[in-house]
Amino acid sequence: MPREIIKNKYPMPLLPIEKRIKSFHEVALGYTEDLAIKEAERCLQCNKPSCVEGCPVGVDIPAFIKLILERDYLAAAAKIKEKNSLPAVCGRVCPQENQCEKMCVLGKKYEPVAIGRLERFVADYELANGELQYTRKSPTGYRVAVVGSGPAGLTCAAELAKMGHEVTVFEALHIAGGVLVYGIPEFRLPKSIVAKEIENIKALGVKIEVNSVIGKLWTVDELMREKGYHAVFIGTGAGLPYFMDIPGENLNGVYSANEFLTRVNLMKAYDFPNYLTPIRTGKRVAVIGGGNVAMDAARTALRLGVEESYIIYRRTEKEMPARAEEIEHAKEEGVRFIFLSCPVEIKGDNEGRVCEIICQNYELGEPDESGRRRPVPIPGSEYSLKVDTVIMAIGQGPNPLIAATTDQLQVNKKGNIIADEQTGKTSKPGVFAGGDIVSGAATVILAMGAGKKAALSIDKYLRSL
Amino acid sequence: MYTIKDKILLAPGIKMFMIDAPSIAQKAKPGQFVIVRKDEYGERIPLTIADSDKREGTITIIFQEVGRSTQDLGKMEVGDMILDLVGPLGRESEIDFYGTVICVGGGVGVAPIYPITRALHMKGNRIISIIGARSADYLIWLDKMDEVSDEFYVTTDDGSYGRKGFVTEVLTEIMDKEEINMVMAIGPIQMMEAVSRITKEKGIKTLVSLNPIMLDGTGMCGACRVQIGDEVKFACVDGPEFDGHLVDWENAKRRLKMFEREEKIALTSLGCRCCQGGEK
Ligand SMILES: Cc1cc2nc3c(=O)[nH]c(=O)nc-3n(C[C@H](O)[C@H](O)[C@H](O)COP(=O)(O)OP(=O)(O)OC[C@H]3O[C@@H](n4cnc5c(N)ncnc54)[C@H](O)[C@@H]3O)c2cc1C
Ligand SMILES: Cc1cc2nc3c(=O)[nH]c(=O)nc-3n(C[C@H](O)[C@H](O)[C@H](O)COP(=O)(O)OP(=O)(O)OC[C@H]3O[C@@H](n4cnc5c(N)ncnc54)[C@H](O)[C@@H]3O)c2cc1C
Ligand code: SF4
Ligand code: SF4
Ligand code: FES
Repeated sequence: MPREIIKNKYPMPLLPIEKRIKSFHEVALGYTEDLAIKEAERCLQCNKPSCVEGCPVGVDIPAFIKLILERDYLAAAAKIKEKNSLPAVCGRVCPQENQCEKMCVLGKKYEPVAIGRLERFVADYELANGELQYTRKSPTGYRVAVVGSGPAGLTCAAELAKMGHEVTVFEALHIAGGVLVYGIPEFRLPKSIVAKEIENIKALGVKIEVNSVIGKLWTVDELMREKGYHAVFIGTGAGLPYFMDIPGENLNGVYSANEFLTRVNLMKAYDFPNYLTPIRTGKRVAVIGGGNVAMDAARTALRLGVEESYIIYRRTEKEMPARAEEIEHAKEEGVRFIFLSCPVEIKGDNEGRVCEIICQNYELGEPDESGRRRPVPIPGSEYSLKVDTVIMAIGQGPNPLIAATTDQLQVNKKGNIIADEQTGKTSKPGVFAGGDIVSGAATVILAMGAGKKAALSIDKYLRSL
Repeated sequence: MYTIKDKILLAPGIKMFMIDAPSIAQKAKPGQFVIVRKDEYGERIPLTIADSDKREGTITIIFQEVGRSTQDLGKMEVGDMILDLVGPLGRESEIDFYGTVICVGGGVGVAPIYPITRALHMKGNRIISIIGARSADYLIWLDKMDEVSDEFYVTTDDGSYGRKGFVTEVLTEIMDKEEINMVMAIGPIQMMEAVSRITKEKGIKTLVSLNPIMLDGTGMCGACRVQIGDEVKFACVDGPEFDGHLVDWENAKRRLKMFEREEKIALTSLGCRCCQGGEK
């Protein structure tokens, strides 16, 4: 008997808007058990599940959804973790509409199965109820140093530890987690979840040394020559903020999104002066850019109490690289979008504080290398917007510190470390790399995938020593 | 956690800590700094490594209590532990043979200029040091600086010690008298600016150590950006030392005032955490 198809995803329970913009509480509250089961019932359990092809790490989606239907959530979590060791994170932040859910057959006619929400449900259930279970092989005696504790480094470390290697993660900041702790805000990814995942990784025997800037405290060469590490994985991310190089960018009140978000997330400036790191926004904030970083900055500004939070983006909504859900939430919360527009100058008052931003309108021209239509400025279309703060969220590049202090480590023109996509091997024997430092700013799941692949090839390398 | 091994009051509001930090001590070079976060609630503040002892595994920091974070730090005692200490950060000074070098240290700036002066001295440079402070009480490390200098001058604004006046007056006199190959200046930003202005006229290479507001100290946030000639640099990774003749001083001074209002709030909220019962 053909069953009835429910056309739409079961909606995600959300925090009411008026509560959202007054707190950093998580916006998406997560499916209840009942909703999860109903949503899981929408899955057709395809024989050739195309959704799996859309997932960069190949999570066995129908299998874990089936386990949800069997009410065996811990088994479902285990199933996901065969491929993805941070499901509570990915269920929340993966751009599912471009990955697994994009390929779901249901999506051809209706809304796809809400795979991300189901993944999150299972992972949260496990975090609340599960006991950590893993099999760790007997110690191999090999020691690996992992540089950077973002998703790439953490995944690589966890995989290597499970294989029996002794792993130490070196992190420059005072807390592990990379962008997951300093960039992505609490209202999207509660820090307690990241902290739990890190506890789990420590339980595998991984040591995490915070406050350790590799390239300064020790170089990669020293880690290998003097500190006795047999191999090194570099997962230092894309941490170098780009600015636009327009007049007025050094005025007080212009932040990189990294600075703005780090002050608020990592240093808890929203609770100033209880926490001593200050932040200052004034009443009107303009965020430049159209990715997740821009959405996060604009929504964070609202929560700090600004009256107007603008996003200024040079293409149109269609081209915005941010996750669909974030754009939707930003709109609901009152972020104002100005499309086809780009700043040309920032002006300050006589104390050198931002007071105004001059923008120019754009139109879309021919498609560029990325296939998106190239934005072209319209001469004479300049206009002014009164703002107190400008946040640059136009992208990040690779931090050059490691490359500059490591012998024989090759980088490309942009400064990204050159590493084999399948193995993470760099030009330097024993040194592997992955995540944003290799790919340029990308996604959590791709960074994790790279960390995992590198772990496999590091294992092979160690055993060949 | 990093234990405070020794604490000395050098001058009113100027304190010196010796901190147990063996790995950093191994690596620290003149001109480099650490970032300190006192506790869970603390800011990350940059402080120069004024000295280090590889054998003892300690580093020395000297700081002036100017606002909430430095005051909180000043309340810590021997045996207390600092939660986070990261370093050594920044580029090391270019210690080379230049010939005759004038080292100008103002106020607490004597602390960061000391290791550089010592290293320059050991390279065989002839060192002329000029140390200045508000008054006699605020002069620090005179003996240490004297030890590594061939000529040594002291000025105070009120004349309570050494010559009455500013370091720049002595600097001008010396430069009129003899040929100088390089000038290194560390101190209040107005002092570094004044020194750079004078040496620029004479075309004498001048290095200053900028102290912008910082956050991560690894090049990740851009809070520390400074305008050097027609380039924007991140002081934490490209500096903190820069060519004083190329620094956009107006911009640098302005950016230090970014959080003026918040700094006052932080000071007046002193102690409010205790009334709230601490943990939050
Ligand atoms: C604000 C923001 C929002 C985002 N939102 C999303 C999203 O919704 N979905 C998504 O999939 N992706 C998102 N991304 C992108 C995603 O976070 C990154 O692609 C991912 O974190 C990259 O992981 P990584 O491990 O390569 O590096 P990172 O997460 O950047 O971690 C690198 C770590 O290395 C440390 N490090 C750097 N240099 C050194 C050194 N010399 N020594 C020691 N440690 C060092 C850094 O401090 C950092 O902790 C977002 C990014 C940002 C900034
Ligand atoms: C690379 C570097 C090395 C430094 N080394 C030393 C050192 O060895 N000893 C030392 O005493 N200080 C040093 N500083 C300055 C020190 O970091 C600041 O004094 C400190 O962060 C002030 O924190 P606060 O909360 O106590 O004061 P705040 O409340 O932040 O500021 C109080 C007053 O100090 C000024 N101020 C704020 N930040 C700075 C700054 N970065 N530099 C100068 N003035 C500032 C403010 O304009 C304000 O007038 C260094 C700074 C840098 C960037
Ligand atoms: S890891 Fe990401 S892409 Fe893969 S199934 Fe989960 S949510 Fe989808
Ligand atoms: S493609 Fe969609 S319907 Fe088919 S198995 Fe995957 S999630 Fe289920
Ligand atoms: S302090 Fe963040 S880039 Fe220098």
